[in-house]
Amino acid sequence: MSRYSALALLKHAITGRPWPRAWRDPAPKERYEAIIVGGGGHGLATAYYLAKEFGIRDVAVLEKGYIGSGNVGRNTTIVRSNYMLPGATEFYDFSLKLWNTLAHDLNFNVMFSPRGQILLLHSPDALDSAARRGNIMRRHGIAARLLDRAAMQELVPHLDYRPTARFPIWGGLMQPTAGTARHDAVVWGYARAASELGVDIIQNCEVTGFVRQGGRITGVETSRGRIMAAKTGIAVAGHTSRLGEMAGLRLPIESHLLQAFVSEPLKPLLDYVIGFGGHGHFYISQSDKGGMVFGGDLDMYNSYAQRGNLPVVRDVAALAVSLMPCLGRVRLLRHWAGVMDMTMDGSHIISKSPVDGLYLNGGWCYGGFKATPASGWCFAHLMARDQPDPLSVPFSLDRFARGAIVDEAGSGPTPRLH
Amino acid sequence: MLRINCPFCGERDHSEFTYGGDANIAYPELSAPLEAWIEAVYVRSNPKGPHRERWQHSDGCRLWLIVERDTLTHAITRVEPARTAIPGLMK
Repeated sequence: MSRYSALALLKHAITGRPWPRAWRDPAPKERYEAIIVGGGGHGLATAYYLAKEFGIRDVAVLEKGYIGSGNVGRNTTIVRSNYMLPGATEFYDFSLKLWNTLAHDLNFNVMFSPRGQILLLHSPDALDSAARRGNIMRRHGIAARLLDRAAMQELVPHLDYRPTARFPIWGGLMQPTAGTARHDAVVWGYARAASELGVDIIQNCEVTGFVRQGGRITGVETSRGRIMAAKTGIAVAGHTSRLGEMAGLRLPIESHLLQAFVSEPLKPLLDYVIGFGGHGHFYISQSDKGGMVFGGDLDMYNSYAQRGNLPVVRDVAALAVSLMPCLGRVRLLRHWAGVMDMTMDGSHIISKSPVDGLYLNGGWCYGGFKATPASGWCFAHLMARDQPDPLSVPFSLDRFARGAIVDEAGSGPTPRLH
Repeated sequence: MLRINCPFCGERDHSEFTYGGDANIAYPELSAPLEAWIEAVYVRSNPKGPHRERWQHSDGCRLWLIVERDTLTHAITRVEPARTAIPGLMK
């Protein structure tokens, strides 16, 4: 497969030859060393790191739709690591380190833009707790900057600073190294790089059941026939409970809808990723095309529908114009919903399952996109070596039974509140 | 928008209601083994299809209801008061 470069671009421009397809489209073989169910960001990243870092190239990634059709194309593209609890901080920091070099590693421009993310603070109490969060981040080597109101007015002039503001701005907590990446490019880049290393990417191939031999899972039944493998990993967040059920597992997960929105393109308006929490839930950034990309809370009831409800559209729109009144006349271009695995503590699961031969990656709640590189790395480590990477030890499935939950929001075993 | 037919107030928008999760979860006796508590607190069936769930008509009569709703189509097939749907609740 040809390497992407300025020279290659020039060559194709002069010769007018069409670009070759970015990844191979093989028919599934009867047997692989490892199968990954789910061709989203996490599944493809896992396959890539299995091949590149852990020496397992005889891998198939099975995707029921097409690459990019799931949650990897439905998120708001935010990448950050402003976490606070032990385990989460280190994991997301590792992910951010991988993001920094991802475009070079994959030879694919993922348009990672570490423009900075600012969490809005609306009271003196919020300033105090943000100072604590920032200090914890800095103790872990993650950049953090506490901003006062004057600094906020300079950096983000279009927020509502009037005395009548619904949410008065007291300050902000900035992670200067956070930002956004182009989500489609991330999944295409991983697919292309994994395919080049020998991974078979099989699209339109839905897993319908597992093959068991003596209590061990030794393969999968699919819409394109039976495929055998010593190790099967599932990375199907949104539908982890459904795949788990096929394997006889009952999991600490509920599936909920999260909506996202994009406006018509605007001239440059917002230089940073903005987050708002506590009094509601809202986050917004401006894409390179100029669209305002934003989102809010879950639809708040179990659903697999992949279409959102209108009360959440209203709530998110209300927050948008409360925080940035200048958005009041901006027209919405599109809005959509994705199905989230919401776990009982709001943290993900990278773990061996109770069934031999089956490995779990899921429960990504709101936070899957930014975790993509570290998730793939840790899951590949687990599948290749049968031992978790130290970074994913806190996120084992048995943590719930042990009472060792990682509950960043502190909202207890109510999945929709995380 | 879901429309929930409250047996006390009539059909209303779901934004008048608060979701209460899987109605098939029942907490065990305090003396039950730890595994039973882990199951009740953390483990969910999370079906794709018919789901029996709790809703409170929090901006209406404030009573708890048991609703059968499909999690894929959002069709609601049954709504009944929790006090009669869950045996022993009002003891």
